[in-house]
Amino acid sequence: MSTAFPKAAKVALGMPQLRSNLAHATGTIRGKRAAVAAELDDWEQLRDAASAVKADVQRHLPELLETFERNAIEAGAKVHWARDGAEANRIAARITREAGADEVVKVKSMATQEIELNEHFEAEGLAAWETDLAELIVQLAEDRPSHILVPAIHYNRTEIRDIFKGRMKDAPADLTDDPAALAEAARRHLRRRFLSAKVAVSGANFAIAETGSLVVVESEGNGRMCLTMPETLISIVGVEKLLPSFDDLEVFMQLLPRSSTGERMNPYSSIWTGRAEGDGPKDVHIILLDNGRTDVLADEVGRQALSCIRCSACLNVCPVYERTGGHAYGHVYPGPIGAILAPQLEPGRHDDLPYASSLCGACYEVCPVKINIPEVLVHLRQTGPHGAGEKAAMGAAQAVMARPGLWRAALRAARFFSRPWRRRGYVRRLPFPGSKWTVSRDLGVPPKESFRDWWKEHER
Amino acid sequence: MSRIGLFITCVNDALYPQTPKAVVTVLERLGYEVDFPTAQTCCGQMHANSGYRDDAAKLARSFEEVFGGYEAVVTPSGSCAAMVRDQYPDLTGSDFGARVLELSEFLLDHAGVDDVGARFEHTVTYHPTCHGTRALGLGDKPLRLLRNVAGIELVDLPEADQCCGFGGTFALKNSEVSTAMLEDKCRHADRTGAEYLAAADNSCLTHIGGGISRSGGPRPIHYAEILAATA
Ligand code: SF4
Repeated sequence: MSTAFPKAAKVALGMPQLRSNLAHATGTIRGKRAAVAAELDDWEQLRDAASAVKADVQRHLPELLETFERNAIEAGAKVHWARDGAEANRIAARITREAGADEVVKVKSMATQEIELNEHFEAEGLAAWETDLAELIVQLAEDRPSHILVPAIHYNRTEIRDIFKGRMKDAPADLTDDPAALAEAARRHLRRRFLSAKVAVSGANFAIAETGSLVVVESEGNGRMCLTMPETLISIVGVEKLLPSFDDLEVFMQLLPRSSTGERMNPYSSIWTGRAEGDGPKDVHIILLDNGRTDVLADEVGRQALSCIRCSACLNVCPVYERTGGHAYGHVYPGPIGAILAPQLEPGRHDDLPYASSLCGACYEVCPVKINIPEVLVHLRQTGPHGAGEKAAMGAAQAVMARPGLWRAALRAARFFSRPWRRRGYVRRLPFPGSKWTVSRDLGVPPKESFRDWWKEHER
Repeated sequence: MSRIGLFITCVNDALYPQTPKAVVTVLERLGYEVDFPTAQTCCGQMHANSGYRDDAAKLARSFEEVFGGYEAVVTPSGSCAAMVRDQYPDLTGSDFGARVLELSEFLLDHAGVDDVGARFEHTVTYHPTCHGTRALGLGDKPLRLLRNVAGIELVDLPEADQCCGFGGTFALKNSEVSTAMLEDKCRHADRTGAEYLAAADNSCLTHIGGGISRSGGPRPIHYAEILAATA
């Protein structure tokens, strides 16, 4: 069993600035999401519909993928299949070189984070520039994203100002931490990249089988620049991103902006279908990425995780994420969705993540596609590895609890041996593993008279 | 009227006799006959949620045996009721859970009573526990019963819907995160100035109460005990 999460969480908990940045940011988004979700009286029906569409996609994935491929090719796109991240990275690098480029501009994309495209490009002597503001901040800081939607959520604006001033060559000397000034500095910096880039790399929020279209939903317009200006466009799309028909967007385009940024509508939605003569990129590539997804599909309970539309609502409401931040999870997908996706995408690793939850259910309550995250967490706990000591203790407890006579004897013993603490009423210090409890909480003492004793009298 | 089976839960069996006593008091006051099958132990939640499915399934089967003869089983724990309802179909293949009701569900939905004739002249703040509220869908049922208690003064708990950080073995495995959540809950509870902090689950109250015992704040109490009080 890994103990990476509790250890990393402890480090994060010791960083007061991080905690206050996170509490502030997640608290704000949480409130906005709740308000705009409450505006729609068919919100629950929308969630049901989205969940049903995604379940349907999972049942018919092979056929839908073939339909998508056929329609995308017909519309002028080139479709590639990648079994894993390495293969996808190789294909993307090859296309970039064939286009005569040594750098790409990027639309924010979780799939490319997942396969570490930037690192792979760097190793091949190519450069990949992030153009989303928060991704740019993280890239400049040589840090890792800590949130699906707001990768730099762990920084406040003063910290961002310092990163720009220290690491962005064309940052104005008198840059303040005013959000508008920070955005303007980034805009000027990025504009030069957009104008010179020959190749862009994107992901996709949705892939429409019926038409072969891809959809990117974003807030800053950097995505629109990447998707329309360069000659060559490479989109790396997880196979689970499919939707059967264009009409399905009606459901998802209501759910996604409200759940992610707490907006009724996102500022930029780009939909493109293959290639259009004289308009946008001339060379359009789509890399369909598996990278463990079909294995997840084989698990009937766990596969729900493939319904995720990466809105990040579950992160924003998660009391664990709010206190530890994303880095503690040790995976590009942090928070509740990461806790169920990371151990499934990389079996044998991250096996402590399903335990990084109190099972409070706040995630399930907000998830726009109704992924029953607590159910999957419990399922992964039940199918994952256990420590030998704990296993023995649990087995012993079960053996006692399955025998009423033994159970009563154990209760009597507990009452007897806890007598010395009864007058005070609580225990302040226990030996390990009880010390994990008493480190911050007292424990009540068994009563002199049990309910069972009382009941005997009461019945008479 | 058929007899009601009382499931007191293992936590109350070990630590809190006053809670099931209160349930008996309330139900008998309303004219119900209550039965306590003494062979009961635990619903299996700790095992199931810690990943021990086979152990949990054994306990689930014994539970169904012990309570098989009752049409309605009442329990003062939203969490255990949710366990039986949500997880038994998978563990034992039965829909036994439909028969197991958390106290406020029994009173409001089954018995149709929202005023149990209680009197409790104290200030009380209420923490909606996660499993009861979200997994079981209790909503504000316990609170509706509390509102009709004579003499009670209810004060709102800030950020009430936030988890207290208990989560069973989570409190041990991720002790630091759990503690950070607990500190916030205790601070909010203390800020209410209430005399009592009520909830529908003594396991959560063990956690919050264990924190308050050090940091100060309202006294933890199961809401059934408030419903049982008459003075
Ligand atoms: S699991 Fe649900 S709430 Fe979380 S990111 Fe995915 S879609 Fe959003």
